Amino acid sequence: MHDKQVRRRRAVLALLVVVSLILLTAYFGESPSSPLHSVQRGIVEVLSPIQEGASRALKPVRDVAGWFSSTFNAKSQRDKLQKEVNQLLAQNASLKQALIENQQLKQQVGLDDSNAISSYKPVAAHLISRDPTLWYATIEVDKGSDDGVRVDDPVTGDGALVGKVSLVAPTVSFVTLITDHSFAVSAEVQDSLGDTGVLVPKVGDPNSLLLQYLPPHAPISVTNPPLHVVTSGFKSGPLDSLYPPGIPIGWVSSANQNDLINNREVQVTPFADLRHLDFVQILTHVNAGTQRAQVP
Amino acid sequence: MTVVLQQAAISQISIFGVSADITPLVVMSIGLLTGSLLGAIAGFGIGLFVDTVAVQTLGVTSLLYIAIGYWSGRLRELRDPAHGLVPLALGAAATAFAGIGMTLIQFLLGVESPVSLLLVQQLFIVVLVNTLIALPVYAAVRRIIQPALPDDPRRRRRRAYTTGGLSPLQRPSERLGQIPRSAR
Repeated sequence: MHDKQVRRRRAVLALLVVVSLILLTAYFGESPSSPLHSVQRGIVEVLSPIQEGASRALKPVRDVAGWFSSTFNAKSQRDKLQKEVNQLLAQNASLKQALIENQQLKQQVGLDDSNAISSYKPVAAHLISRDPTLWYATIEVDKGSDDGVRVDDPVTGDGALVGKVSLVAPTVSFVTLITDHSFAVSAEVQDSLGDTGVLVPKVGDPNSLLLQYLPPHAPISVTNPPLHVVTSGFKSGPLDSLYPPGIPIGWVSSANQNDLINNREVQVTPFADLRHLDFVQILTHVNAGTQRAQVP
Repeated sequence: MTVVLQQAAISQISIFGVSADITPLVVMSIGLLTGSLLGAIAGFGIGLFVDTVAVQTLGVTSLLYIAIGYWSGRLRELRDPAHGLVPLALGAAATAFAGIGMTLIQFLLGVESPVSLLLVQQLFIVVLVNTLIALPVYAAVRRIIQPALPDDPRRRRRRAYTTGGLSPLQRPSERLGQIPRSAR
């Protein structure tokens, strides 16, 4: 009797492990349109109203917890932010002048502006759920294909890039965050030369990104106010980059000259606080190109 | 329900910069209360649900949670731990196993980006936070699944001794009390 129980227990354990391994292998090797992905999408669609309801119902609990953690940080942030506001006000005045000049020059040259951020229609979305792992990989939001959202649409939060749409259902979407290990975006440092590189995450750290493949002697250093990093974006015939140029991403927080020469990379801190996002904007492209490109 | 609660609420509450993860704690609790077989099955089910709802690679979390459920159950079957702090230690072990296992599997599946050392620090904090909530989670799971469980032999034995009912060391007359004369 005991032997039979042991045999049954081991058989069930082996069966479960084998099923998991088969699922893992099959899912990993399949394309996003495969049956397993479709089943997953179907379940997500069915569960999304429940999750949305639970998210709304549990908002007071989250708010109370958030209030305690925010209060601890608020005091230390206040003085720092006041200084930043003063600096930014001065910077804003000079940038407004530059903006006017830029618009006038663009009109004179006749630049193609169809891929500019102004050609996108922002759709505001509320965050429903968050990736429970430490990899800061995905979030789920309450807007989907019914609202014009498509796969690969850029997503912003706190006024900066936070990721791109990776899965769309009629009423919800999943956003792959810029801290997910699969994420990469072509970015430009707003230094004197406008050096470009590829921005990748530092996995496990939501406050750190790496801008790689920079020119080895790029004039990048930690300055005050810091150098900003924005999406570089491009358009080549029917081929658009996924992200329009000029979406703020972060600022250069560490630029070691040795790292720059040897590894051709600098550290970037994102503007968006990915751990405390409540709302995001999905930039839906009304006149999207026929083909879209992703880096790398 | 556990997964929906985790996704919709708990994962959005930040404590020391991280969020608690109750799913490995629930799997551990089920294993500890029901045994290895049901623990493994619950681990598979909850893990698969987590992977589905979070749109992750199917099978990763279920593989890890099978191990957590199974070994929690085996601990109960082999050692029959009675100490009240066992769920605390086991919760910490389960969370650490899930975190490290997830990291290893992600590496096996291919992570090209550099990995921050902060990941280790955050894993440590999550283990700490989960350890703190392990006992309430265990108590909640026990309360929910208790009616469905067969009577626990340990509990029955304890009850029998304390109420003076079924101890084999007692004589029948002691167990049953004084037999009235009219019944003789």
